[in-house]
Amino acid sequence: MIRVQQEDFDVGAEIARLTAGNTAIGGLAVFVGLVRDIAGEKAVSGMTLEHYPGMTERMLEGIEAEARARWPLEASLIVHRVGQLAPGDRIVLVAAASAHRAAAFDACAFLIDWLKTKAPFWKQEETPQGPRWVEARGSDDEAAARWLKKESDAAE
Amino acid sequence: MRLLYFAWLKTKTGVAEEEVAPPQEVTTVAELLAWLRGRGPGYAEALADETALRVAVNQEYARPGDRIAAGDEIALFPPVTGG
Repeated sequence: MIRVQQEDFDVGAEIARLTAGNTAIGGLAVFVGLVRDIAGEKAVSGMTLEHYPGMTERMLEGIEAEARARWPLEASLIVHRVGQLAPGDRIVLVAAASAHRAAAFDACAFLIDWLKTKAPFWKQEETPQGPRWVEARGSDDEAAARWLKKESDAAE
Repeated sequence: MRLLYFAWLKTKTGVAEEEVAPPQEVTTVAELLAWLRGRGPGYAEALADETALRVAVNQEYARPGDRIAAGDEIALFPPVTGG
């Protein structure tokens, strides 16, 4: 399941709902992204998350479907917030559940790596020098690319 | 066709969305970008660096050579930074 929302989420309640009634699940991996108060050298007092309504949901659904095609998942969840956020606030929740931990860990990492490079969200940080759009990081592209490599390995 | 601009592309072009009717010879994403650059300094600046530009046609990522048509929804935005 995927959700895009302004309001905060309760991690405990989300994972309880995700796994409720499914006793085939033996492992659940969860990633939660938070707003930091520093970016490089700059102090950050807040952040606004913009997105492309329609395409965002489509991309998140596609990323989730890809994870479920690659790993034997019993359940999966992506929740991403938009709008105004403050340091310490939760931004994103990604969870993957499977019979065993390896698939859960890998699928969870895949979900967040692909989300960061494909889903149309943009962060604008509030700094003492004024608002500043966050630039995409090469390290995020590298993190996402390792899942492409895995795909070609599997095909060999 | 309907154009959407996000993040700093919206600031530089000065519009969030607009309806445009490019000339008939504009049939690909690359040709659309070239045509848009000629519409004013804000557009020229916003669209100058193609490596800093992503394009989606009807909510799917598109390449410069991909074809576009009159009823399309075309979004222009910088590389994404969510998560």
